[in-house]
Amino acid sequence: MNDFYTILTASLVAINCALMGGFLMMRKMVMIGDAISHAVLPGIFVAYYISGSTASLPILAGAAFSGILATLMIEWFTKKARLQSDAAIGISYTLLFAIGIILISKWGQNADLDQQCVLYGEIEQISFWLQPIAFGIVLPKQTVILLAVAVLLIGAVIWGYKGLFITTFDPDFALSTGVAVTFWHYFLMSGVSLTTVVSFESVGAILVIAFLSGPPAIAYLLTEDFKKMLILACLVGILCSIGGYYTAKWLDVSVAGAISTFIGLVFMIVFIGTSVLKRKVDVIST
Amino acid sequence: MKQPPIIEVHNLTVLYGRKPALWNIDFDLPEKQVIGIMGPNGSGKSTLLKSIMGVVTPTSGFTKVYDQSLNNVRDRVSYVPQRQDIDWDFPASVWEIVAMGRYQKRGLFKKLTTEDQDIITDSLEKVNMLGYAKRQISQLSGGQQQRVFLARAIAQQGDLFLMDEPFAGVDIATEEMIISLLKDMKEAGKTLVIVHHDLHTAQSYFDHLVLLNTRLIASGPTEEVFTDQILTDTYGGKLTTISKISQELENKEFPIRHK
Repeated sequence: MNDFYTILTASLVAINCALMGGFLMMRKMVMIGDAISHAVLPGIFVAYYISGSTASLPILAGAAFSGILATLMIEWFTKKARLQSDAAIGISYTLLFAIGIILISKWGQNADLDQQCVLYGEIEQISFWLQPIAFGIVLPKQTVILLAVAVLLIGAVIWGYKGLFITTFDPDFALSTGVAVTFWHYFLMSGVSLTTVVSFESVGAILVIAFLSGPPAIAYLLTEDFKKMLILACLVGILCSIGGYYTAKWLDVSVAGAISTFIGLVFMIVFIGTSVLKRKVDVIST
Repeated sequence: MKQPPIIEVHNLTVLYGRKPALWNIDFDLPEKQVIGIMGPNGSGKSTLLKSIMGVVTPTSGFTKVYDQSLNNVRDRVSYVPQRQDIDWDFPASVWEIVAMGRYQKRGLFKKLTTEDQDIITDSLEKVNMLGYAKRQISQLSGGQQQRVFLARAIAQQGDLFLMDEPFAGVDIATEEMIISLLKDMKEAGKTLVIVHHDLHTAQSYFDHLVLLNTRLIASGPTEEVFTDQILTDTYGGKLTTISKISQELENKEFPIRHK
């Protein structure tokens, strides 16, 4: 059953990240996920320090708070200080992450928090937190949260598809027709924050970024229809979770590391495969 | 009674950081004409269009469309942004892009009706792109991309069209197609405001010209403002440089062609 819980958890993270990552990639801001997943550290520590526990709810609230702080900081640096968006992302999240590290190294010695866990997660131990849900179904606590977020995000993407689509493709045109571009920006950012915050606790920041950027990039190479791209990205993420998990078991290495590597390898293979195929088509058509 | 102007621009100033893109611009535009906005690179032509469309917020001054704030008459205005501002590798089809022209009337949360589909089909037909409806936009040529953008604006069914450089980087067939389309639209009573950069065609394309160089140089009927003096004021030394270069190129036609 451990296999099942781990793969289910990774797959849910994959779905959440693929949906958000697809839009982020087309907006050229995937690294905002990177920023948020690191910037949550000070919020988590403060929440832990105040509440004195590692219970999920205060930790999530703290993480969400510093995640939002990070998006606002990035927005402020790009709009008001006219900084390049990638520079703004770099400055904001390294600052917040570093503050988190200082706080933990000074006051968090005996805490049940460590930087390792934030970066690499603890997906192998996910089944330690099993609890009964309903009708005799038993699931790890974090998996339940991820499932709820997945349902929420799928609903949000279906509900707001046109708004997200038009503001991603052509924000100027959207603005000219009276679409609230800023609303859709923060709508997406809230989704990204939520995804990162609930995902990193179980799989770690590195795997969150791998899931945000890899599967959408692979799907982008395979289809030219945005809706199909989102669905395909979810499927690719799930397949990489399964493939990565069994690779990790087989080689006895970190699951998060194996899944990330697996995503990278699949990208390389698909990239080479599509380039070869394209060249063949070009030769035939000329 | 004189017709009220279709667009009024009052003391419009737009600053990017501390650098002015537009400085104290003030003019009115007449209805049912083809109007050109011209000036050298970086003279604020696109910024002017974006300010009128509410895409750029002015630092001071204001603009009015149909004697009202744009928000009240948005559904009467169609906008064609600059083609180069968009990622044409976006995974989307021609049809999906033109359908965006209907989002405003139908709202973002309702399905497009058969009426919308007819309008989209009709718009694609007007720019000779109906055969490409299912085509991915990454496979289009520059001219075809421009036609798609025009079709999207036509699908908006406005009375006033603002177009940012529709002739930039398009093939001759597309340019001719756009010109005949503009004529038809003018006859149908539409007003067309076009950012343009080619001085050679300005006189034949436009009834009215706005000449910009961060400040307003002139605005008026083409025959009145298309004068050597005003053009020199607009383009300054650059005009003479450009004409010198084109003269030079004409003199030694195809100098780099070898056997």
